[in-house]
Amino acid sequence: MVEHQTTNAQQPSQAAGSEFAIDLKRVSKAFGPVQANKDIDLAVKRNSIHGIVGENGAGKSTLMSILYGFYTADSGEIWVNGQLVKIKDSSHALELGIGMVHQHFMLVENFTVLENIILGAEGEYLLASSMAKAREELTRLATDYGLNVDPDALIEDLSVGQEQRVEILKALYRGADVLILDEPTGVLTPTEADQLFRILEQLRDEGKTIILITHKLREIMAVTDTVSVMRQGEMVGTLATKDTSPEQLAELMVGRRVLLRVDKTPAEPKDVVLDVKGLSVTDDIGVPRVKDVSFNVRAGEIVGIAGVAGNGQSDLLRAISGMEAPLLGEIRVNGELVRFHGDDSASDARKMGVAHVPEDRLKMGLVTAFEEWENSILGYHESEKYGTGMFLSPKMAIAEAEKRIEMFDIRPRNPRLKTANFSGGNQQKIVLAREMDRDLDVLIVGQPTRGVDIGAIEFIHKHIIELRDKGIAVLLVSVELDEIRALSDRVLVMFDGEIVTELSPDASEREFGLSMAGVDPKEGA
Amino acid sequence: MSPTDIILLLDSSVRFAVPLMLAALAGLYSERSGIVDIGLEGKMLGGAFAAAATAAVTGSVWLGLAAAMGVSVVMSMIHALASINFRGNQIISGVALNFLAAGFTVFLGHAWFRRGGTTPNLRPDERFSNIELPFAAEIGQVPIVGEIYQQLLSGHSIIVYFAFLMVPVTAFVLYRTRFGLRLRAVGENPKALDTAGISVALLRYRALVVTGLLCGVAGAFLSTAQGANFSENMTSGRGFIALAALIFAKWRPWQAMWTCLLFGVLSASQIRLQGVEFPMIGEVPVQAIQALPYILTVVLLAGFIGRANPPKAIGQPYIKER
Repeated sequence: MVEHQTTNAQQPSQAAGSEFAIDLKRVSKAFGPVQANKDIDLAVKRNSIHGIVGENGAGKSTLMSILYGFYTADSGEIWVNGQLVKIKDSSHALELGIGMVHQHFMLVENFTVLENIILGAEGEYLLASSMAKAREELTRLATDYGLNVDPDALIEDLSVGQEQRVEILKALYRGADVLILDEPTGVLTPTEADQLFRILEQLRDEGKTIILITHKLREIMAVTDTVSVMRQGEMVGTLATKDTSPEQLAELMVGRRVLLRVDKTPAEPKDVVLDVKGLSVTDDIGVPRVKDVSFNVRAGEIVGIAGVAGNGQSDLLRAISGMEAPLLGEIRVNGELVRFHGDDSASDARKMGVAHVPEDRLKMGLVTAFEEWENSILGYHESEKYGTGMFLSPKMAIAEAEKRIEMFDIRPRNPRLKTANFSGGNQQKIVLAREMDRDLDVLIVGQPTRGVDIGAIEFIHKHIIELRDKGIAVLLVSVELDEIRALSDRVLVMFDGEIVTELSPDASEREFGLSMAGVDPKEGA
Repeated sequence: MSPTDIILLLDSSVRFAVPLMLAALAGLYSERSGIVDIGLEGKMLGGAFAAAATAAVTGSVWLGLAAAMGVSVVMSMIHALASINFRGNQIISGVALNFLAAGFTVFLGHAWFRRGGTTPNLRPDERFSNIELPFAAEIGQVPIVGEIYQQLLSGHSIIVYFAFLMVPVTAFVLYRTRFGLRLRAVGENPKALDTAGISVALLRYRALVVTGLLCGVAGAFLSTAQGANFSENMTSGRGFIALAALIFAKWRPWQAMWTCLLFGVLSASQIRLQGVEFPMIGEVPVQAIQALPYILTVVLLAGFIGRANPPKAIGQPYIKER
């Protein structure tokens, strides 16, 4: 049972004799044959924001899980505030003042904010008094750190940014002095991310120590004081942020120079391939999500759809890919009307040459329990390439899968491996390879690089551009504005289900910011 | 139907509803913790046998109740072991327990009492007797209000009062205590609890102990309060109806009580309807009328429930991972 303690910001620094809040020495951890962490040294100064960067699978999360007591290290020492400790479990870590804000929020959706915050740190058996106490404490934390959330709101009604604040409040309520944030901006819009950074800075100024795990260099540069770089389970360097550059960090991360900008020639758009007219889509409870949207995509161009997540982009994708019938409007591919008739519409859309890389590869793109080759043909399994008549030929399918593994540099190079055992970036490549390596006219891509490491991002971007140059019409939806701007030839901005404006990818940050907030920059403000 | 008839009908509805209520509340603890409990039926049956057998041998109904609760808790712990530690399929484990109870009770009944699977009839002092509330007979003279007091409120066994008491108690535990908060959380998102440093397994074990205890009481009610012995398959699907009531009530205690009472009314009227001539239709076969509560279960579950939002993590074994 974790006793709730008041979060007096200065408390631990007075008590301790070390300038480091956290000091890891030669920490190692292996999972079977995989060495996730190798002799890691990491010293985190008190009252600082310390970034840890590395590609997916570099061992960042494992290291933090050791610090948070989710895993125990095989060897090495952990010093917290100058004291050698053995962290047994997460409640022990909490007692030591280490709090974690997980990448996937650990919140109970149908609970109120208050209930979530006291969960596990309730104190007395009856809730009434602990709730009252928590409410008071919450008001104090809100004023001290600028973390405003309605304590009685249900989590399911909150935005992702607000949910994250609840996670931070949860840790603070438990008396955390060291906050670990695991990929905190993966789900946030740029504005929300900036707000988060302000909060983190305020927390640091009030005496907290922040460890920020990310693979986004922009964030490291924007908010950290110190940055440590991990690569393949090893710590390859710790630098003062002001003395480094994104290019240097990227090089350390992947061990070679990477292009942060995408090289591409100007588009040479030809005929209209995808033509959307007056499209309206409602969700399953009848709320309009897409409102009278019209646009087209020509062969040989990439049209990006930018916008804050949840403004209808996902619903638009679902309609165009044939997964959901629109309420009104029509979609034409090469002049031919896409007809919606129940569950076959998605495969019909594919037959018309529409390839779809869904936004959420785990929910919609892959069956993770399948072997790689099975996912590699999923949706196209009736093709003659994979068998004859009604019979599937694993031999033929595996041969094709191997070819694609080669082409898309999917690792490990084993089509018989269970898909769940591939890293996020490689899973994404499996989906992309399946959708791209065939005859297609339109490619619809949702969040192509979500949760994917830098090396793979570069690779995926290059492939999308190549496809465009081959004369394919590409519709790209991403919440990463940088990605939209780097790849697209034209950008449509969606807000509240409508296309607010069309911008050139070279338009200013301000113009994008305004239009993503629903204001047409051409009209004023 | 006169007011008295209605009161009598409601009175027998309560008797029908009580075992359902206890089982539904039992299921509530289990399912709220994220463990599907299709084995309510089996635990009740095991409890009913244990209560009747123990009461018959020792002559003490209270020892019978203790035995019922003990047996039911042991069965619940087997379910816990399979679902929590071995991460087995919870439906299969529950079905297995149902079969186990159906077979074992008859087998042991044969072996111990040699009466074709039933236990010896219990004397009145070996059963839960009905409690007359103060002045029941006197107040009963007053029309309607008095009759309600005498017939409906008074004259039930202690288990009936216990069952109705357990509804507010469960609601209080669920919504106003630390255990309740964690119980609701663990069924929705066990990770949230785990990362808060609370043991998911221990919490689910505690929930399943409560489930076992309540199922035991429900079983004891059938064989030592409502009935006077154990007979083969005497639960006759009540565990499943309770589960249906729980789902229909969307896993909430008060709603579960009302749903069970509704099933109780149907079961009670079913008996009254047997042999009654319906206008236009004539006499309906007994079997069709007996099927009414079960048909209603299907209709309610299929048609009227709307969107049931079960605890999100229900049925999924919790595996600690990143």
